[in-house]
Amino acid sequence: MANLRDIRRRIKSVKSTSQITKAMELVSAAKMKKAQDQALAGRDYADKLNKVLVNLKENTTEESHPLLEKREGGKELMLVISTGRGLCGGLNTNLYKAVIKSATDETEYVTVGKKLRQTIAKTGGNIVTDWEVADPVPFNDAKPVSKFLTEKFLSGEYDKISVAFNNFVSTLTQTPEVFQLLPIESEDLGEKQDYEGVDKGEIGETDKAAALGADYDFEPSAEGVLDKLLPLYINFQIYQMLVEARASEHSARMVAMKAATDNAKNMIDDLTLEYNKARQAAITAELLEITTAMKAME
Amino acid sequence: MPFQLDIVTPEKTIFSDSVDDVYLPGSEGEMGILAMHSALVAPLQPGELRYLKDGKVEELAVGEGFVEVTGDKVSVLIDLAIGEDAIDEHQVEEAMKRAKNALDGVVGDDPEEMQALMMSIAKSEAMLKLKRKRR
Repeated sequence: MANLRDIRRRIKSVKSTSQITKAMELVSAAKMKKAQDQALAGRDYADKLNKVLVNLKENTTEESHPLLEKREGGKELMLVISTGRGLCGGLNTNLYKAVIKSATDETEYVTVGKKLRQTIAKTGGNIVTDWEVADPVPFNDAKPVSKFLTEKFLSGEYDKISVAFNNFVSTLTQTPEVFQLLPIESEDLGEKQDYEGVDKGEIGETDKAAALGADYDFEPSAEGVLDKLLPLYINFQIYQMLVEARASEHSARMVAMKAATDNAKNMIDDLTLEYNKARQAAITAELLEITTAMKAME
Repeated sequence: MPFQLDIVTPEKTIFSDSVDDVYLPGSEGEMGILAMHSALVAPLQPGELRYLKDGKVEELAVGEGFVEVTGDKVSVLIDLAIGEDAIDEHQVEEAMKRAKNALDGVVGDDPEEMQALMMSIAKSEAMLKLKRKRR
């Protein structure tokens, strides 16, 4: 039977840990709500943007814009969006697994969030640059990132640009995903942005049908529109992925912290039981000693 | 005849209802759209968006983006859309001053930076213009 004082000390330490995890759970829950709303709000825009782009692709060819051009050679630059802080369950580990799976030795990285930056640096990946993004994600924070990536692609330094991020499905589910950003592929445009996860099927299909049915005029010209639209599209994609990643982070952290708080509670219960047993045993032993002593004196 | 108008920014859907007409600041000049307009995609520049709903004209200052018109629906995808009462004149003036100062600081070798600043000045101007119109 463990020492009474030791048990008491352990109960105390578990209790204070559970207070911390509880507080973190509450903070994450509040932030999660905001981040999820932001992610969901962006999907309207994503939907509409996609619909227009699908239709634009019908009216243009691959050569009509450098951002659509497929190149030989496989030098790849990957943007990895991880979290700035830990304590969010297996979120970063799962993302890292997805990164390793799709990356080659040639792949170079740019990162957002320091968790995977550290991991990639440790395992010898070549990190070109990195950014921090404020919370909640401001639209303007996506601009330098997309500008940098677009420039790298257009200058021919890299032939392919992809993004690894945690796609927010629900509070309990986040899936790591690697998405090819550049060159923009036509087959991507139709069906993707299943960022949604929830309502993807229906909306995607009706929109596509509507888009294909209409025959658009372009003002001033299809190329002119493409020139404006594609940079906007890339910029927005990056923003949406940042927001999705952020929503995933807060959700994962809240769930992880909730689990930790629950575990701590169970542990306190077990320890209290053990403590009471030990206390009772001690009392019994003491009584026994007294009675024995009394008997001996008779 | 009313038709559906959606104004969407990346942050949220600003407006989604049926209107009688809408005027937009297109990159080639202002354009008006009524119901049954032919399908169209066009870029927009910072300026003023006007729509008529229930006999009342509503105005918004808008930023950069584009408009998509299909048979019965007009979608405006824009990076900024703000009503007159939500504009803080003082704040916008400050932002504009900052952008102008930054513009002076840019040496002529970075056209993109310059363009971005011009864009933010144009947006500020659009907001101020709307704000001051009623006086």
